[in-house]
Amino acid sequence: MAEVIIPIGPHHPALKEPVNFKVIADGEKIVRLELDLSYTHRGIEKAAEKRDFIRVLPLLERVCGICSHSHSSAFAKGIEETMQLEIPPRAQYIRTIIAELERMHSHLLWLGVAAHEIGFNTLFMWTWRDREAVQDTLEEMSGNRVHYGMNEVGGVRRDLTLEQVNAALLRLPHLEDRIKKYVDMVNNQKTLLVRFRGVGKLSKEEALKYGAVGPTARASGVDYDVRSDDPYFVYADIPWEVVTDTSGDVYGRTCVRIGELQESIKIVRYCLENLPEGPVRVTAPKAAPPGEILSRYEAPRGELVHFIRTNGTDKVERVDIRTPTLANWTSVAMCLVNQNLADIPVIVAAIDPCLSCTSRITILNIKDRSAGVITMDELRRRSCTRCYGQEQE
Amino acid sequence: MIDPVYTFVYIFLFPGFLFIIIYGLILEFLDRRIAARMQNRVGPPFFQPFADFIKMLGKEVIDPEGVDRQLFDAAPLVALAAVMTAYLYVPVLGNSPLAFQGDLVLVLYLLTLPTIALFLLGWLSRNIFSAIGGIRAVTQMFIYEVPFFLALLAPALMAGTWSISEIAVWQQKNLWFIFLQPIGFVVALIGLQAKLERTPFDIPEAETEIIAGPWTELTGRRLALMHLTMNVSLVVGSSLIAALFLGGPMIPWVIIPVWMGWIAGFFLFLAKTLGVLLVLASIKVATGRIRIDQLNRIGWKYIASAAIVQVALVLIINSRWVSS
Repeated sequence: MAEVIIPIGPHHPALKEPVNFKVIADGEKIVRLELDLSYTHRGIEKAAEKRDFIRVLPLLERVCGICSHSHSSAFAKGIEETMQLEIPPRAQYIRTIIAELERMHSHLLWLGVAAHEIGFNTLFMWTWRDREAVQDTLEEMSGNRVHYGMNEVGGVRRDLTLEQVNAALLRLPHLEDRIKKYVDMVNNQKTLLVRFRGVGKLSKEEALKYGAVGPTARASGVDYDVRSDDPYFVYADIPWEVVTDTSGDVYGRTCVRIGELQESIKIVRYCLENLPEGPVRVTAPKAAPPGEILSRYEAPRGELVHFIRTNGTDKVERVDIRTPTLANWTSVAMCLVNQNLADIPVIVAAIDPCLSCTSRITILNIKDRSAGVITMDELRRRSCTRCYGQEQE
Repeated sequence: MIDPVYTFVYIFLFPGFLFIIIYGLILEFLDRRIAARMQNRVGPPFFQPFADFIKMLGKEVIDPEGVDRQLFDAAPLVALAAVMTAYLYVPVLGNSPLAFQGDLVLVLYLLTLPTIALFLLGWLSRNIFSAIGGIRAVTQMFIYEVPFFLALLAPALMAGTWSISEIAVWQQKNLWFIFLQPIGFVVALIGLQAKLERTPFDIPEAETEIIAGPWTELTGRRLALMHLTMNVSLVVGSSLIAALFLGGPMIPWVIIPVWMGWIAGFFLFLAKTLGVLLVLASIKVATGRIRIDQLNRIGWKYIASAAIVQVALVLIINSRWVSS
């Protein structure tokens, strides 16, 4: 068979969000891959500049439907650092509990999606059923299943009652059992093994070179986790371990995520049992002093970066969000070359892509109907007209 | 000669075309329901396959640009006609009245036609996903067809007849082939699963990779007929395995009057096909989809070898005991 171009996306059953790959394949082998991102640009960064700190958190939470707590935490963490606020320990513990529960539901969801991509729908149905236990806990604690709205600048908005803590502790043994079952399935189920092992290999050097983050990098043996390398919340004070794997393929990424599920359960249990007494928030000033801060956070998918520039008012001058999926795309494009056509869905799913969160900008020319990319210099020229204008004067 | 009224009823009503369509849809319901319960879902209500079928028949038929309409319309019909004809030679109520020496080969041939029709549909669709799906369907056919045929022909070799009905009668007198040829039975089940393109062999229609493969451009009655073809194939395949390995509708003792024996045999046949379906559904639920290159390796290395071993064993047994 000659080389053919197979369009995958923007609408395709394997994709839950719009993205476009032009896969150039020779029979069943992939020769090359062209990526086309940003179908769902929502202008969140711009909208964030128009809202004060109280109203910007719910907005940033809506960057992502799954790692919503990550975005609001990353932002709140950065702003609190600028304001030099001391956050009470109880609030930090509650933030950690929500963050780890979020990681659990995200990883369970991912395991189901990965199984679905190889047609193993039983695992898909089971993990999504068990994910409900996590969702129920989150709903009990925050009142919401997806956008928890727990964070605010200076602490958390809701305290945990004793009943909520006990109910959450009661759910953990069942979850532990189920996750053990999945460890067993991933290590013994033949079709899972043949489809995951040796697929989408990424060596440690490549992972570092292409800037992979999160479970994708950790599966290639890169021992990098913001929670341990730049600790925030209470991660420095509680017992937990960074999960890594050396195989570097989809199987390794599965093992890392399942390992993180077990670690998350440990963290949640520790935090629930050792929840300190005290207030859950401090009153934050309305305005933040001028400054720039880079806030890093380990989202379920990897390192999430919020760059925040404040200018002494109650609004940010600029907030720039780099989601982990964006950092992982290059490694996916590299993994896919010389792989089998049938492995595209599972390799793409292995980074747990959250596509709409990565959408930033796409250049469209309405006159000649062209789309494409622009150079960094040109982007700077277009976006910083104000500073350039000053230079010209 | 056979009574013409009886032949008419047999071919068109029971257990011919009308029965097989209804039974095919019921089997689809059971298959989906069993799979759903195993996956901790509720599953569809009883009438869902019927409702889907009727609704799809009434839907608009869309022709992809530049497609050969006549051929595109004909392929699902040919496939459906082939599998429905195949069913007439499988014993359901005692012996099939149309049975003849060599109907086993005819049935196997007719069962292959839906795959060819799918390849044609994929090729005609002028769609890259359909074309890849069609090529995968044929590639897969070359892998599973050889062991499947070998496994189904081994009972014929031992029974010394090429008629399905006579093989069933032979088992009534001796022993079911599931006990005499267990390797062949397993190979036949795997082959049937691959023929019906069910997980782990749903490579030609892998949803997450190539949308629906050859099915992508099928709409309206074409889609309805192709679905029905797969359902009927499921009935024919499971009946064939029931007849060749599980003794078919034959009862080892004599029941008087004869029609009582037929009814008992019919329920026995239902039970056996449902048993085969349960096994197929369990395989579907317990596995993920493998890749075509992996299937190639597994198929030729293990499944084909197992089938050849089974045939060789049968030949050795035949030369030692049966011929003397």
